[in-house]
Amino acid sequence: MSDTTQTGPVLAADGTPLKRSLQRALRREKLRALLLIAPLLIFVLVTFIAPIADMLFRSVENDIVADTLPKTVVALKSWDFHSGEAPGEAVFAALAADLQVAVEAKTHTRLGSRLNYEKTGISSLFRKSGRKVKKWDLASDAPFREKFIKIDKDWGDVDVWRVIQTYSGKYTNGYFLNAIDMEKGPNGPQWRDESQQIYLMLLKRTMFLSITITLSCLLLGYPVAWLLSNIPMRTSNLLMILVLLPFWTSLLVRTSAWKVLLQQQGVINDVLVWVGLVADDNRLVMINNQFGTIIAMTHILLPFMILPLFSVMRTIPPTYLRAAKSLGATNWTAFWRVYFPQSIPGIGAGSILVFILSIGYYITPELVGGTTGVFISNRIAYHISSSLNWGLGAALGSILLLLVLVLYWLYDRIVGIDNVKLG
Amino acid sequence: MSALPPYATTGQRVWYYAFRVICALIFLFLIIPILVIIPLSFNAEDFFTFTPEMLSFDPAGYSLKHYRDFFTNPDWTGALYNSVRIAPVATLLSVGFGTLAAIGLAQSHVPFRATIMAILISPMIVPLIISAAGMYFFYSRIGLQGTYWGVVLAHAALGIPFVIITVTATMVGFDRSLTRAAANLGAGPIRTFFKVQMPLILPGVVSGGLFAFITSFDEVVVVLFVGSASQKTLPWQMFTGLREQISPTILAVATILVIVSIGLLTTVEILRRRSERLRGMSPG
Repeated sequence: MSDTTQTGPVLAADGTPLKRSLQRALRREKLRALLLIAPLLIFVLVTFIAPIADMLFRSVENDIVADTLPKTVVALKSWDFHSGEAPGEAVFAALAADLQVAVEAKTHTRLGSRLNYEKTGISSLFRKSGRKVKKWDLASDAPFREKFIKIDKDWGDVDVWRVIQTYSGKYTNGYFLNAIDMEKGPNGPQWRDESQQIYLMLLKRTMFLSITITLSCLLLGYPVAWLLSNIPMRTSNLLMILVLLPFWTSLLVRTSAWKVLLQQQGVINDVLVWVGLVADDNRLVMINNQFGTIIAMTHILLPFMILPLFSVMRTIPPTYLRAAKSLGATNWTAFWRVYFPQSIPGIGAGSILVFILSIGYYITPELVGGTTGVFISNRIAYHISSSLNWGLGAALGSILLLLVLVLYWLYDRIVGIDNVKLG
Repeated sequence: MSALPPYATTGQRVWYYAFRVICALIFLFLIIPILVIIPLSFNAEDFFTFTPEMLSFDPAGYSLKHYRDFFTNPDWTGALYNSVRIAPVATLLSVGFGTLAAIGLAQSHVPFRATIMAILISPMIVPLIISAAGMYFFYSRIGLQGTYWGVVLAHAALGIPFVIITVTATMVGFDRSLTRAAANLGAGPIRTFFKVQMPLILPGVVSGGLFAFITSFDEVVVVLFVGSASQKTLPWQMFTGLREQISPTILAVATILVIVSIGLLTTVEILRRRSERLRGMSPG
């Protein structure tokens, strides 16, 4: 024993104080762990998180008006639509100058279709005016106000100018308002016409179908999970194959199977006709409607309900039920008061999982849902690939994402994301 | 419920059998759609239902023509070629990055562990249509939209959560004194990794890889948006086939895919049991 160990701090073998040495080792360990994680983290941030952020950004981005008509936007600042009159000559002169540049760059049609989402008719207004304005001479052809109104009297419409003014900012909440069936009116946000309201209805339908699918999965999954966890291991392993095989089978294989089964000339209808339950000229319509979506998606998502239920039920000791019965409980009381409460974590986990998965489903509703059985995700896909209203698609996507993240947070609270098990 | 006691009342007997019948029906609901397409894929006609010849087991009612179509039609062979070209590369990417990160995450002191985990798992949670939309926007900004590498990177990102989850699950039972023992005996970190750690976590890595592979191989939403016609994969071709010119070749493809998934399921189960045996758990 040397003197130093008794008076000074404890030293490590190389003479540094033990505390600092330990700290350094800990820091090195942390650094090594982070170095191992870093490549993947960067990879996911670039390939996945950045795209999501991009989508969120696009749902509020709106620089097209300010970029295409810079002078008009500035000149329009002082105009007040409450005056009830179209803006004065200064604005129209700026518009003529901006449009000439825009026509040269061919951006005026894009602006037209952007503003057309807010007020129908603006697209053709821009296209028509673009052709004429191209030939004007900015110096000698003034004044422009009358000329514009001569091209199309819509240029004298206060509403057109109000839309341009409302959307002249760099960012807008207009897409989000559209996504919940509202629009920017003269006096702030207002509901759209009854005939144009579809998104809230679609959202409600998505919710309704997802809840129905979750409930039917629970209804079908609970007995099966109970059976699997209460029979000998060997038998349950065999029966488990029947659950895992659909789980591993391609989604499109299962969707095409349902398409084959549910068609009017399909297997189920053929069997029903053969048995005599259904007349040949009166075959059931089971596809391209909500029924088709519900049945096909219940089948596809059922394994995601059974597996968490099973993993919880396996840990419930069967002796509890026997004890309850020996104390005089009926079968039903024993199940409802003793077994069921213990299986609730499994129900929660399975239900949230199925609900999260079903709320964002696209492929199956698209193929078997027809027009009444489609989800909000089908509308997102439509806006991105067909109508090209990307901002609205992004806003709908952001709302859906928010919904899923809330559920994900709940799932994490109930189950813990570390406890997700596969197979 | 395991067995009916001899003193059971009639009501109990009825319920016991009724319950089993209900469960049997649910199992049938799960498995029949998959089984029914197998015989239908040998249909000699272009129908999606059983013809009278098939029901009377007349050999004339059966044929391999849909399989022939699958292997000769350039639409299908091209799609198969693309799938085979995309899925393994995406799998390699997710397994490589994923395994490293899972080992890092298993260390005892990882700062921001929960946040990192949430980010890495998120591709599994975010609905595919949202991932697809975001990737479409972002990849067209950086010029990856419609390219082979765009699809590969997107699929790799989707496969990563599965690798993380399976490998982390294997790491939980990993006895850390083994790596210390290896270090004690003079092995460097790299040698320790390949000689001690890798063989023990290999089952987890392989089944994670299989999950990643099937994710990419089955994926259709993201490839629809991120890919272009020259990256048309098998699921994409099936999707258009089901939506537009519905042809019975789809059933032949489906049958082949069912056989592939049976093979994958068997492999994963064997690996899972092997891993549990290695870690000294019950053989499940």
